[in-house]
Amino acid sequence: MKNIIEIENVSFSYTRAPVLRNVSLTVPEGEFLGIVGPNAGGKSTLIKLILGLLQPGSGTIRVLGNDPVMARSHIGYVPQYPTFSRRDFPINVMDTVLMGRLGFTSHFGGYSKNDREIATETIQAVEIADTANRPVGTLSGGQLQRVLIARALACKPEILILDEPTANIDMRVEEDIFGLLKHYNENMTIIVVSHDIGFISGYVDRVACLNQTLICHTTDEISGKTIEELYGAPVRMIHHSHQH
Amino acid sequence: MINFITEIFSYSFMQHALLGCLLASVGCGIIGTYVVVKRIGFMAGGIAHSVLAGMGIAYFMGASPLAGAMISALISGVLIGWINLRWRQHEDILIAAFWSVGMAIGVIFISRTEGYNIDLMSYLFGNILLITTRDLYLMLILDSVILVLVLLFYRQFLATAFDEEFSRLRGINVEFYYILLLCMVALTVVLLIQVVGLILVLALLILPAASAAQFVSSIKRMMLLSAIFSVVITTTGLIISYEPDLPSGSTIIILAGVFYILSIITQGMIRKLRKN
Repeated sequence: MKNIIEIENVSFSYTRAPVLRNVSLTVPEGEFLGIVGPNAGGKSTLIKLILGLLQPGSGTIRVLGNDPVMARSHIGYVPQYPTFSRRDFPINVMDTVLMGRLGFTSHFGGYSKNDREIATETIQAVEIADTANRPVGTLSGGQLQRVLIARALACKPEILILDEPTANIDMRVEEDIFGLLKHYNENMTIIVVSHDIGFISGYVDRVACLNQTLICHTTDEISGKTIEELYGAPVRMIHHSHQH
Repeated sequence: MINFITEIFSYSFMQHALLGCLLASVGCGIIGTYVVVKRIGFMAGGIAHSVLAGMGIAYFMGASPLAGAMISALISGVLIGWINLRWRQHEDILIAAFWSVGMAIGVIFISRTEGYNIDLMSYLFGNILLITTRDLYLMLILDSVILVLVLLFYRQFLATAFDEEFSRLRGINVEFYYILLLCMVALTVVLLIQVVGLILVLALLILPAASAAQFVSSIKRMMLLSAIFSVVITTTGLIISYEPDLPSGSTIIILAGVFYILSIITQGMIRKLRKN
Protein backbone atom coordinates (compact mmCIF):
# COMPACT_ATOMS: atom_id res chain seq x y z
CA MET A 1 0.00 0.00 0.00
CA LYS A 2 1.40 3.38 -0.92
CA ASN A 3 1.55 6.33 1.40
CA ILE A 4 -0.91 9.08 0.56
CA ILE A 5 0.43 11.67 2.98
CA GLU A 6 3.98 11.92 4.32
CA ILE A 7 4.73 14.50 6.99
CA GLU A 8 8.30 14.65 8.27
CA ASN A 9 9.51 16.67 11.25
CA VAL A 10 7.16 19.55 10.60
CA SER A 11 7.20 22.56 12.89
CA PHE A 12 5.00 25.59 12.56
CA SER A 13 4.29 28.81 14.41
CA TYR A 14 2.02 31.74 13.58
CA THR A 15 3.98 34.17 15.73
CA ARG A 16 6.70 33.13 18.14
CA ALA A 17 4.87 30.50 20.14
CA PRO A 18 5.17 27.13 18.40
CA VAL A 19 1.90 25.52 17.34
CA LEU A 20 3.40 22.29 16.01
CA ARG A 21 6.73 20.79 17.02
CA ASN A 22 8.48 18.02 15.08
CA VAL A 23 5.31 16.40 13.85
CA SER A 24 5.76 13.29 11.71
CA LEU A 25 2.86 11.34 10.31
CA THR A 26 2.40 8.89 7.48
CA VAL A 27 -1.04 8.09 6.16
CA PRO A 28 -1.33 4.97 3.99
CA GLU A 29 -3.87 4.73 1.19
CA GLY A 30 -7.36 3.84 2.36
CA GLU A 31 -6.84 4.69 6.00
CA PHE A 32 -9.51 6.28 8.15
CA LEU A 33 -7.46 8.50 10.48
CA GLY A 34 -8.80 10.47 13.40
CA ILE A 35 -6.94 13.49 14.76
CA VAL A 36 -7.83 14.45 18.32
CA GLY A 37 -6.42 16.95 20.78
CA PRO A 38 -7.20 19.96 22.92
CA ASN A 39 -8.29 23.33 21.53
CA ALA A 40 -5.31 25.25 20.18
CA GLY A 41 -3.41 21.96 20.08
CA GLY A 42 -2.73 22.50 16.38
CA LYS A 43 -5.36 20.25 14.78
CA SER A 44 -6.70 22.79 12.30
CA THR A 45 -3.17 24.05 11.66
CA LEU A 46 -2.03 20.56 10.70
CA ILE A 47 -5.01 20.26 8.34
CA LYS A 48 -4.19 23.62 6.75
CA LEU A 49 -0.58 22.50 6.24
CA ILE A 50 -1.75 19.31 4.52
CA LEU A 51 -4.02 21.43 2.30
CA GLY A 52 -1.17 23.77 1.46
CA LEU A 53 -3.02 26.76 2.92
CA LEU A 54 -0.04 27.25 5.27
CA GLN A 55 3.64 26.52 4.69
CA PRO A 56 5.63 24.63 7.34
CA GLY A 57 8.34 26.55 9.20
CA SER A 58 10.57 23.50 8.91
CA GLY A 59 10.15 19.91 7.75
CA THR A 60 8.46 18.55 4.64
CA ILE A 61 4.95 17.56 3.64
CA ARG A 62 4.18 15.43 0.61
CA VAL A 63 0.64 14.70 -0.46
CA LEU A 64 0.18 12.04 -3.15
CA GLY A 65 3.94 12.34 -3.68
CA ASN A 66 3.59 16.02 -4.50
CA ASP A 67 3.72 19.45 -2.97
CA PRO A 68 0.44 20.00 -1.04
CA VAL A 69 -0.57 22.92 -3.27
CA MET A 70 -0.21 20.70 -6.34
CA ALA A 71 -2.18 17.89 -4.72
CA ARG A 72 -5.10 20.09 -3.65
CA SER A 73 -7.39 19.18 -6.48
CA HIS A 74 -7.42 15.57 -5.24
CA ILE A 75 -8.55 16.55 -1.75
CA GLY A 76 -12.13 17.12 -0.67
CA TYR A 77 -12.30 19.44 2.32
CA VAL A 78 -15.13 19.93 4.79
CA PRO A 79 -14.47 23.06 6.86
CA GLN A 80 -15.09 23.47 10.55
CA TYR A 81 -18.69 24.28 11.33
CA PRO A 82 -18.25 27.60 13.19
CA THR A 83 -16.34 29.16 10.30
CA PHE A 84 -19.43 28.41 8.36
CA SER A 85 -21.86 30.75 10.06
CA ARG A 86 -22.96 32.49 6.85
CA ARG A 87 -26.42 31.06 7.01
CA ASP A 88 -28.01 34.22 5.67
CA PHE A 89 -26.15 33.82 2.38
CA PRO A 90 -28.65 33.59 -0.49
CA ILE A 91 -27.75 30.23 -2.02
CA ASN A 92 -29.44 26.86 -2.33
CA VAL A 93 -28.10 23.37 -1.69
CA MET A 94 -27.53 22.48 -5.34
CA ASP A 95 -25.48 25.62 -6.08
CA THR A 96 -23.41 25.04 -2.95
CA VAL A 97 -22.60 21.45 -3.91
CA LEU A 98 -21.79 22.52 -7.47
CA MET A 99 -18.92 24.60 -6.09
CA GLY A 100 -17.14 21.30 -5.56
CA ARG A 101 -16.85 21.08 -9.35
CA LEU A 102 -14.88 24.32 -9.66
CA GLY A 103 -11.41 23.64 -10.93
CA PHE A 104 -12.61 20.64 -12.96
CA THR A 105 -14.96 22.54 -15.20
CA SER A 106 -14.59 25.28 -17.79
CA HIS A 107 -13.19 28.56 -16.53
CA PHE A 108 -15.90 30.82 -17.94
CA GLY A 109 -19.68 30.80 -17.80
CA GLY A 110 -21.78 28.05 -16.23
CA TYR A 111 -21.50 24.43 -15.10
CA SER A 112 -21.62 21.56 -17.59
CA LYS A 113 -24.22 18.81 -17.69
CA ASN A 114 -21.61 16.44 -16.29
CA ASP A 115 -21.02 18.76 -13.31
CA ARG A 116 -24.74 18.82 -12.58
CA GLU A 117 -24.99 15.05 -12.81
CA ILE A 118 -22.10 14.60 -10.36
CA ALA A 119 -23.60 17.14 -7.97
CA THR A 120 -27.00 15.42 -8.15
CA GLU A 121 -25.38 12.03 -7.48
CA THR A 122 -23.51 13.25 -4.41
CA ILE A 123 -26.59 15.00 -3.04
CA GLN A 124 -28.44 11.70 -3.34
CA ALA A 125 -25.53 9.77 -1.86
CA VAL A 126 -25.51 11.84 1.33
CA GLU A 127 -29.31 11.53 1.52
CA ILE A 128 -30.35 15.14 1.16
CA ALA A 129 -31.90 14.92 -2.32
CA ASP A 130 -35.17 16.40 -1.03
CA THR A 131 -33.38 19.60 0.03
CA ALA A 132 -31.63 20.26 -3.32
CA ASN A 133 -33.56 23.45 -4.03
CA ARG A 134 -33.79 24.75 -0.49
CA PRO A 135 -31.77 27.75 0.71
CA VAL A 136 -28.93 26.60 2.99
CA GLY A 137 -30.17 29.00 5.65
CA THR A 138 -33.27 26.86 6.23
CA LEU A 139 -31.39 23.60 6.86
CA SER A 140 -30.74 21.88 10.18
CA GLY A 141 -27.16 21.54 11.43
CA GLY A 142 -26.99 17.92 10.32
CA GLN A 143 -28.37 18.71 6.87
CA LEU A 144 -25.92 21.57 6.40
CA GLN A 145 -23.05 19.28 7.37
CA ARG A 146 -24.20 16.80 4.74
CA VAL A 147 -24.27 19.62 2.17
CA LEU A 148 -20.66 20.46 2.98
CA ILE A 149 -19.70 16.78 2.74
CA ALA A 150 -21.51 16.54 -0.61
CA ARG A 151 -19.65 19.62 -1.83
CA ALA A 152 -16.34 17.97 -0.89
CA LEU A 153 -17.37 14.68 -2.52
CA ALA A 154 -18.33 16.49 -5.72
CA CYS A 155 -14.58 17.08 -6.18
CA LYS A 156 -14.31 13.29 -6.68
CA PRO A 157 -11.42 13.33 -4.20
CA GLU A 158 -8.86 10.67 -3.35
CA ILE A 159 -8.58 12.10 0.15
CA LEU A 160 -11.41 13.50 2.24
CA ILE A 161 -10.48 15.80 5.11
CA LEU A 162 -13.06 16.91 7.66
CA ASP A 163 -12.42 19.46 10.40
CA GLU A 164 -14.74 18.81 13.38
CA PRO A 165 -17.60 17.71 11.16
CA THR A 166 -19.97 17.01 14.01
CA ALA A 167 -19.12 19.76 16.50
CA ASN A 168 -22.60 21.27 16.60
CA ILE A 169 -24.63 18.21 15.86
CA ASP A 170 -26.50 15.88 18.19
CA MET A 171 -25.25 12.37 18.84
CA ARG A 172 -27.73 10.53 16.62
CA VAL A 173 -26.88 12.61 13.56
CA GLU A 174 -23.20 12.27 14.42
CA GLU A 175 -23.55 8.49 14.16
CA ASP A 176 -25.30 8.82 10.79
CA ILE A 177 -22.55 11.02 9.44
CA PHE A 178 -19.73 8.76 10.60
CA GLY A 179 -21.61 5.77 9.17
CA LEU A 180 -21.66 7.63 5.86
CA LEU A 181 -17.93 8.36 6.12
CA LYS A 182 -17.20 4.72 6.92
CA HIS A 183 -18.97 3.79 3.70
CA TYR A 184 -16.93 6.29 1.68
CA ASN A 185 -13.74 5.04 3.31
CA GLU A 186 -14.02 1.97 1.07
CA ASN A 187 -12.91 4.12 -1.87
CA MET A 188 -10.91 6.93 -0.33
CA THR A 189 -8.55 7.93 2.45
CA ILE A 190 -10.29 9.91 5.16
CA ILE A 191 -8.87 12.20 7.84
CA VAL A 192 -11.25 13.53 10.43
CA VAL A 193 -10.48 16.02 13.19
CA SER A 194 -12.55 15.51 16.29
CA HIS A 195 -12.76 16.47 19.92
CA ASP A 196 -14.44 13.21 20.85
CA ILE A 197 -11.87 10.42 20.85
CA GLY A 198 -14.20 7.91 22.48
CA PHE A 199 -16.78 8.31 19.78
CA ILE A 200 -14.53 8.26 16.73
CA SER A 201 -12.46 5.28 17.89
CA GLY A 202 -15.42 3.11 16.91
CA TYR A 203 -15.01 4.20 13.29
CA VAL A 204 -11.39 5.11 12.58
CA ASP A 205 -8.40 2.80 12.02
CA ARG A 206 -5.94 4.96 13.93
CA VAL A 207 -6.01 7.97 16.20
CA ALA A 208 -3.40 10.72 16.12
CA CYS A 209 -3.28 12.71 19.35
CA LEU A 210 -2.03 16.21 18.73
CA ASN A 211 -0.95 18.76 21.27
CA GLN A 212 1.93 20.58 19.59
CA THR A 213 3.54 17.16 19.26
CA LEU A 214 1.84 14.16 17.75
CA ILE A 215 1.53 10.56 18.82
CA CYS A 216 -0.44 7.83 17.09
CA HIS A 217 -2.48 5.01 18.56
CA THR A 218 -4.06 2.17 16.65
CA THR A 219 -7.65 1.68 17.69
CA ASP A 220 -6.69 -1.70 19.24
CA GLU A 221 -4.39 0.14 21.61
CA ILE A 222 -7.20 2.44 22.55
CA SER A 223 -9.63 -0.36 23.35
CA GLY A 224 -9.72 -1.86 26.83
CA LYS A 225 -7.86 -0.05 29.53
CA THR A 226 -6.69 2.86 27.39
CA ILE A 227 -10.16 3.78 26.29
CA GLU A 228 -11.35 3.82 29.90
CA GLU A 229 -8.56 6.18 30.70
CA LEU A 230 -9.45 8.33 27.73
CA TYR A 231 -13.08 8.41 28.71
CA GLY A 232 -12.36 8.93 32.37
CA ALA A 233 -9.82 11.69 32.17
CA PRO A 234 -10.02 14.99 30.31
CA VAL A 235 -8.35 14.81 26.90
CA ARG A 236 -6.09 17.68 27.90
CA MET A 237 -4.48 15.64 30.68
CA ILE A 238 -3.82 12.69 28.43
CA HIS A 239 -2.05 14.85 25.93
CA HIS A 240 0.05 16.50 28.55
CA SER A 241 1.27 13.05 29.47
CA HIS A 242 2.89 12.53 26.08
CA GLN A 243 6.63 12.55 26.43
CA HIS A 244 8.76 12.59 23.32
CA MET B 1 -47.31 63.97 -11.52
CA ILE B 2 -49.17 64.79 -14.73
CA ASN B 3 -46.88 67.74 -15.09
CA PHE B 4 -43.93 65.39 -14.79
CA ILE B 5 -45.20 63.06 -17.47
CA THR B 6 -45.82 65.82 -20.00
CA GLU B 7 -42.38 67.26 -19.30
CA ILE B 8 -40.72 63.91 -19.89
CA PHE B 9 -41.92 64.14 -23.47
CA SER B 10 -41.07 67.77 -23.96
CA TYR B 11 -37.65 68.11 -22.28
CA SER B 12 -34.67 66.01 -23.28
CA PHE B 13 -33.01 66.56 -19.87
CA MET B 14 -35.92 64.73 -18.26
CA GLN B 15 -35.52 61.81 -20.67
CA HIS B 16 -31.80 61.78 -19.92
CA ALA B 17 -32.45 61.77 -16.20
CA LEU B 18 -34.81 58.82 -16.46
CA LEU B 19 -32.41 56.90 -18.69
CA GLY B 20 -29.67 57.69 -16.18
CA CYS B 21 -31.77 56.12 -13.41
CA LEU B 22 -32.28 52.96 -15.48
CA LEU B 23 -28.60 52.64 -16.41
CA ALA B 24 -27.42 53.29 -12.86
CA SER B 25 -29.83 50.63 -11.57
CA VAL B 26 -28.22 47.86 -13.63
CA GLY B 27 -24.80 48.26 -12.02
CA CYS B 28 -26.39 49.06 -8.69
CA GLY B 29 -28.37 45.80 -8.62
CA ILE B 30 -25.50 43.55 -9.66
CA ILE B 31 -22.64 45.03 -7.67
CA GLY B 32 -24.79 46.11 -4.72
CA THR B 33 -25.69 42.45 -4.27
CA TYR B 34 -22.03 41.42 -4.01
CA VAL B 35 -21.28 44.31 -1.67
CA VAL B 36 -24.10 43.22 0.64
CA VAL B 37 -23.38 39.47 0.69
CA LYS B 38 -19.63 40.00 0.99
CA ARG B 39 -20.17 42.69 3.64
CA ILE B 40 -17.76 45.16 2.09
CA GLY B 41 -20.09 48.16 2.36
CA PHE B 42 -17.58 50.34 4.11
CA MET B 43 -14.88 49.39 1.69
CA ALA B 44 -17.21 50.62 -1.07
CA GLY B 45 -17.71 53.79 0.99
CA GLY B 46 -13.95 54.30 1.16
CA ILE B 47 -13.62 53.92 -2.60
CA ALA B 48 -16.53 56.28 -3.21
CA HIS B 49 -15.18 59.10 -1.06
CA SER B 50 -11.61 58.80 -2.27
CA VAL B 51 -12.95 59.46 -5.76
CA LEU B 52 -13.05 63.16 -4.93
CA ALA B 53 -9.23 63.17 -5.15
CA GLY B 54 -9.36 62.16 -8.82
CA MET B 55 -12.16 64.58 -9.58
CA GLY B 56 -10.30 67.46 -7.95
CA ILE B 57 -7.03 66.71 -9.73
CA ALA B 58 -8.81 66.33 -13.09
CA TYR B 59 -10.57 69.63 -12.53
CA PHE B 60 -7.32 71.34 -11.62
CA MET B 61 -5.73 70.05 -14.83
CA GLY B 62 -8.72 71.00 -16.92
CA ALA B 63 -9.60 67.39 -17.69
CA SER B 64 -12.96 65.70 -17.38
CA PRO B 65 -13.84 65.20 -13.70
CA LEU B 66 -15.56 61.92 -14.54
CA ALA B 67 -12.41 60.55 -16.16
CA GLY B 68 -10.57 61.59 -13.00
CA ALA B 69 -13.24 59.90 -10.91
CA MET B 70 -12.92 56.67 -12.84
CA ILE B 71 -9.12 56.56 -12.62
CA SER B 72 -9.02 57.36 -8.91
CA ALA B 73 -11.84 54.91 -8.16
CA LEU B 74 -9.93 52.10 -9.86
CA ILE B 75 -6.67 53.08 -8.20
CA SER B 76 -8.18 53.15 -4.73
CA GLY B 77 -10.09 49.90 -5.42
CA VAL B 78 -6.88 48.09 -6.32
CA LEU B 79 -4.88 49.73 -3.51
CA ILE B 80 -7.45 49.10 -0.78
CA GLY B 81 -7.76 45.50 -1.95
CA TRP B 82 -4.05 44.92 -2.23
CA ILE B 83 -3.11 46.48 1.13
CA ASN B 84 -6.01 44.73 2.80
CA LEU B 85 -4.87 41.34 1.54
CA ARG B 86 -1.51 41.87 3.21
CA TRP B 87 -2.55 43.57 6.46
CA ARG B 88 -6.09 42.37 6.91
CA GLN B 89 -6.29 43.22 10.59
CA HIS B 90 -6.13 46.93 9.83
CA GLU B 91 -9.05 47.04 7.44
CA ASP B 92 -10.93 49.77 9.34
CA ILE B 93 -7.90 52.06 9.55
CA LEU B 94 -7.19 51.56 5.87
CA ILE B 95 -10.71 52.47 4.86
CA ALA B 96 -10.78 55.53 7.10
CA ALA B 97 -7.48 56.71 5.60
CA PHE B 98 -8.63 56.35 1.99
CA TRP B 99 -12.01 57.84 2.84
CA SER B 100 -10.81 61.12 4.32
CA VAL B 101 -7.37 61.57 2.75
CA GLY B 102 -8.96 61.13 -0.68
CA MET B 103 -11.55 63.79 0.06
CA ALA B 104 -8.94 66.12 1.50
CA ILE B 105 -6.79 65.85 -1.65
CA GLY B 106 -9.84 66.59 -3.77
CA VAL B 107 -10.80 69.66 -1.75
CA ILE B 108 -7.22 71.04 -1.90
CA PHE B 109 -7.06 70.70 -5.68
CA ILE B 110 -10.51 72.18 -6.16
CA SER B 111 -9.59 75.16 -3.98
CA ARG B 112 -6.45 75.73 -6.10
CA THR B 113 -8.30 75.60 -9.39
CA GLU B 114 -8.24 78.89 -11.33
CA GLY B 115 -11.63 80.53 -11.65
CA TYR B 116 -13.06 78.11 -9.14
CA ASN B 117 -16.67 78.06 -10.07
CA ILE B 118 -17.69 74.45 -10.32
CA ASP B 119 -20.74 73.27 -8.59
CA LEU B 120 -19.01 71.12 -6.01
CA MET B 121 -22.38 70.27 -4.55
CA SER B 122 -23.43 68.39 -7.68
CA TYR B 123 -20.47 66.02 -7.37
CA LEU B 124 -20.99 65.55 -3.68
CA PHE B 125 -24.76 65.16 -3.77
CA GLY B 126 -25.44 64.45 -7.44
CA ASN B 127 -27.64 66.20 -9.90
CA ILE B 128 -29.29 63.81 -12.24
CA LEU B 129 -31.01 66.59 -14.16
CA LEU B 130 -27.61 67.72 -15.47
CA ILE B 131 -26.77 64.33 -17.03
CA THR B 132 -25.51 64.69 -20.61
CA THR B 133 -25.69 62.30 -23.56
CA ARG B 134 -21.98 61.67 -23.15
CA ASP B 135 -22.52 60.68 -19.51
CA LEU B 136 -25.22 58.27 -20.60
CA TYR B 137 -22.90 56.60 -23.11
CA LEU B 138 -20.26 56.29 -20.42
CA MET B 139 -22.82 54.71 -18.09
CA LEU B 140 -23.84 52.28 -20.84
CA ILE B 141 -20.21 51.24 -21.32
CA LEU B 142 -19.65 50.78 -17.56
CA ASP B 143 -22.80 48.67 -17.30
CA SER B 144 -21.66 46.53 -20.23
CA VAL B 145 -18.23 45.95 -18.68
CA ILE B 146 -19.80 44.94 -15.36
CA LEU B 147 -22.35 42.66 -17.04
CA VAL B 148 -19.76 40.88 -19.18
CA LEU B 149 -17.41 40.31 -16.23
CA VAL B 150 -20.21 38.95 -14.04
CA LEU B 151 -21.50 36.66 -16.79
CA LEU B 152 -18.01 35.29 -17.39
CA PHE B 153 -17.01 34.83 -13.75
CA TYR B 154 -20.34 34.40 -12.00
CA ARG B 155 -19.32 31.13 -10.35
CA GLN B 156 -15.97 32.43 -9.16
CA PHE B 157 -17.52 35.55 -7.63
CA LEU B 158 -20.20 33.43 -5.97
CA ALA B 159 -17.73 30.88 -4.60
CA THR B 160 -15.27 33.45 -3.24
CA ALA B 161 -18.08 35.45 -1.62
CA PHE B 162 -19.49 32.29 -0.02
CA ASP B 163 -16.35 30.51 1.17
CA GLU B 164 -12.90 31.90 0.37
CA GLU B 165 -10.95 29.00 1.80
CA PHE B 166 -12.84 26.36 -0.16
CA SER B 167 -12.55 28.44 -3.34
CA ARG B 168 -8.79 28.62 -2.90
CA LEU B 169 -8.64 24.85 -2.53
CA ARG B 170 -10.55 24.50 -5.78
CA GLY B 171 -7.82 26.41 -7.55
CA ILE B 172 -9.57 29.78 -7.75
CA ASN B 173 -7.28 32.79 -7.48
CA VAL B 174 -9.20 34.34 -4.58
CA GLU B 175 -7.02 37.48 -4.44
CA PHE B 176 -7.51 38.18 -8.14
CA TYR B 177 -11.29 37.97 -7.94
CA TYR B 178 -11.32 40.05 -4.76
CA ILE B 179 -9.45 42.89 -6.47
CA LEU B 180 -11.49 42.49 -9.65
CA LEU B 181 -14.66 42.80 -7.57
CA LEU B 182 -13.36 45.97 -5.89
CA CYS B 183 -12.61 47.39 -9.35
CA MET B 184 -16.18 46.65 -10.36
CA VAL B 185 -17.37 48.34 -7.17
CA ALA B 186 -15.24 51.32 -8.22
CA LEU B 187 -16.86 51.43 -11.67
CA THR B 188 -20.31 51.19 -10.09
CA VAL B 189 -19.48 54.04 -7.74
CA VAL B 190 -18.65 56.22 -10.77
CA LEU B 191 -21.90 55.08 -12.37
CA LEU B 192 -23.93 56.07 -9.32
CA ILE B 193 -22.13 59.36 -8.67
CA GLN B 194 -24.04 60.68 -11.65
CA VAL B 195 -27.30 60.03 -9.86
CA VAL B 196 -26.75 60.70 -6.17
CA GLY B 197 -23.24 62.11 -5.81
CA LEU B 198 -20.27 60.56 -4.05
CA ILE B 199 -21.37 61.26 -0.48
CA LEU B 200 -24.65 59.40 -0.92
CA VAL B 201 -23.43 56.62 -3.21
CA LEU B 202 -23.02 54.11 -0.41
CA ALA B 203 -26.72 54.11 0.45
CA LEU B 204 -27.83 53.58 -3.13
CA LEU B 205 -25.31 50.78 -3.56
CA ILE B 206 -26.40 48.92 -0.44
CA LEU B 207 -30.02 49.64 0.41
CA PRO B 208 -31.80 48.25 -2.71
CA ALA B 209 -29.70 45.06 -2.46
CA ALA B 210 -30.26 44.78 1.29
CA SER B 211 -34.01 45.22 0.68
CA ALA B 212 -33.95 42.52 -2.01
CA ALA B 213 -32.07 40.18 0.33
CA GLN B 214 -35.18 40.08 2.53
CA PHE B 215 -37.16 38.29 -0.15
CA VAL B 216 -34.89 36.03 -2.19
CA SER B 217 -32.57 33.10 -1.67
CA SER B 218 -30.32 33.20 -4.68
CA ILE B 219 -27.72 35.70 -5.84
CA LYS B 220 -29.18 35.91 -9.34
CA ARG B 221 -32.64 36.78 -8.06
CA MET B 222 -31.18 39.20 -5.56
CA MET B 223 -29.40 41.02 -8.40
CA LEU B 224 -32.55 41.18 -10.48
CA LEU B 225 -34.79 42.27 -7.62
CA SER B 226 -32.38 44.90 -6.34
CA ALA B 227 -32.02 46.32 -9.85
CA ILE B 228 -35.82 46.54 -10.01
CA PHE B 229 -35.95 48.13 -6.54
CA SER B 230 -33.28 50.56 -7.63
CA VAL B 231 -35.28 51.57 -10.71
CA VAL B 232 -38.37 52.09 -8.56
CA ILE B 233 -36.45 54.07 -5.93
CA THR B 234 -34.53 56.34 -8.33
CA THR B 235 -37.42 57.14 -10.67
CA THR B 236 -39.87 57.69 -7.82
CA GLY B 237 -37.32 59.91 -6.11
CA LEU B 238 -36.90 61.86 -9.30
CA ILE B 239 -40.66 62.33 -9.68
CA ILE B 240 -41.17 63.37 -6.04
CA SER B 241 -38.29 65.84 -6.12
CA TYR B 242 -39.22 67.42 -9.43
CA GLU B 243 -42.32 69.47 -8.60
CA PRO B 244 -41.17 71.09 -5.31
CA ASP B 245 -37.62 71.37 -6.74
CA LEU B 246 -35.99 69.26 -3.99
CA PRO B 247 -32.43 67.97 -4.46
CA SER B 248 -33.00 64.78 -6.46
CA GLY B 249 -30.07 62.80 -5.01
CA SER B 250 -31.11 63.34 -1.42
CA THR B 251 -34.76 62.57 -2.17
CA ILE B 252 -33.69 59.28 -3.78
CA ILE B 253 -31.55 58.31 -0.80
CA ILE B 254 -34.28 59.06 1.75
CA LEU B 255 -36.63 56.98 -0.35
CA ALA B 256 -34.06 54.15 -0.39
CA GLY B 257 -33.95 54.28 3.41
CA VAL B 258 -37.74 54.19 3.69
CA PHE B 259 -37.84 51.35 1.17
CA TYR B 260 -35.37 49.35 3.23
CA ILE B 261 -37.33 49.80 6.46
CA LEU B 262 -40.55 48.85 4.68
CA SER B 263 -38.99 45.67 3.28
CA ILE B 264 -37.79 44.61 6.73
CA ILE B 265 -41.27 45.20 8.15
CA THR B 266 -42.90 43.36 5.25
CA GLN B 267 -40.56 40.41 5.65
CA GLY B 268 -41.32 40.31 9.37
CA MET B 269 -45.03 40.21 8.63
CA ILE B 270 -44.60 37.46 6.04
CA ARG B 271 -42.69 35.38 8.57
CA LYS B 272 -45.41 35.87 11.19
CA LEU B 273 -48.15 34.92 8.74
CA ARG B 274 -46.26 31.76 7.77
CA LYS B 275 -45.89 30.72 11.39
CA ASN B 276 -49.62 31.09 12.09
